Amino acid sequence: MSILQVLDLGLAILVLAVAGWTIAARELFASVVGYVAYGLLLSIVWIRLYAPDVALTEAAIGSGVTGVLLVTTGARLRGAGGVEANRPPGISLRFLAPGLAVLVAAALAAVVLLLPEPPTTLAPEAREGLAATGLGNPVTAVLIAYRSFDTMLEKVVLVLAVVGVWSLAPDRFWGGAPAPLGRARPEGALLFLDQALVPLGILVGIHLFWVGADEPGGAFQAGAILAAMWMIVMISRLTEPPRVGARWLRLALIAGPAVFLAVGLAGPGMAGGFFAYPAGFAKPIILFIEAFMVLSIAVTLPMLVAGPPRRSPEP
Amino acid sequence: MSASTLAGLVGAALVGLGLYGLIVNPQPLRKILAFNLIGSGAFLVFGIVARRGAAAGFPFDPVPQAMVITGIVVAFAASALAVALILRLREETGNVSLDSDAPAKPPGDGAGAS
Repeated sequence: MSILQVLDLGLAILVLAVAGWTIAARELFASVVGYVAYGLLLSIVWIRLYAPDVALTEAAIGSGVTGVLLVTTGARLRGAGGVEANRPPGISLRFLAPGLAVLVAAALAAVVLLLPEPPTTLAPEAREGLAATGLGNPVTAVLIAYRSFDTMLEKVVLVLAVVGVWSLAPDRFWGGAPAPLGRARPEGALLFLDQALVPLGILVGIHLFWVGADEPGGAFQAGAILAAMWMIVMISRLTEPPRVGARWLRLALIAGPAVFLAVGLAGPGMAGGFFAYPAGFAKPIILFIEAFMVLSIAVTLPMLVAGPPRRSPEP
Repeated sequence: MSASTLAGLVGAALVGLGLYGLIVNPQPLRKILAFNLIGSGAFLVFGIVARRGAAAGFPFDPVPQAMVITGIVVAFAASALAVALILRLREETGNVSLDSDAPAKPPGDGAGAS
């Protein structure tokens, strides 16, 4: 067994142990903290699978932003009935649930072990088209060029999620601002984090967007990091969540999918096909779309975390 | 056993763990956590399909990887919507447990309300 294999095995055990902790922990907060650690460990697994783009997304969104969402919600739910009630399950559940879980896991494990040889792959096709897009990162090429329609629709899903969250607001708060993310008085440590991390984080976000064309990175990761920076500033109460009725907010939310769709619709005129990019000019167009996607993601994620409006709109 | 097979088995185990938590735990926020475990397990299984598809000079097949990236973002959006539903449930009933026998508190007792 080489050192790398030992590390892999250790990592696998650690991931499973932390995942078990998030299920078994008695307190909600402990479980949430476990989940954040789990996401970070998982991104190391993604690195081991040669998937740095996925690792970045998992660390930023799967672990980071989801963690903020769960911690904030845990704090908001404090005092509600049933949060910490952890009664042992009934007799039938106690045997059926583990049985079902083991059955499903075993079936999946069998699939993993019996995957077809030789493996199916679309990598040669991805390689073939890469030169025409002018990109160096095949994952970005798949997202914005080969499967652009999917990615556009996924942006629409994000907008729909925001609409869904906002529509849960009581009528009297409609158009107002969501509840603040942090406590009233900013703490010294948080202010220090603002000063030290936020300027750097904004730079890292823009850098990830720019290099995403050729290196690991891209619109999702960049947008998530910029979103995190905005959330840090909101948590330390240096700025408040905006009113959901604000025009700039609405425009920023739909800018990504709207620009994406507009370029797609212009495709038949420019290059002879829906979502086709003109040859030799694909990379600037892709970066143009991605810039608006970064904006929309950076605005969407914090608004999803902030939740529905909780304050009356100003008269 | 290769690193990717090991990761696939971890993914399978994560789906099992998440499914167990989803069924057994009556607290909705814990159910969301468990559901996210199932999701990341499924992503991992997908990830080894990408790794096995290494060809044409890439150490991975970029198509499944791109789909996993989309999936992670959509999973977050779904979690956020579910969380908003829980907060609304708490506002309406003062209780967030899906266990029908859990002790209920009167709504709007102020503690922790935001």
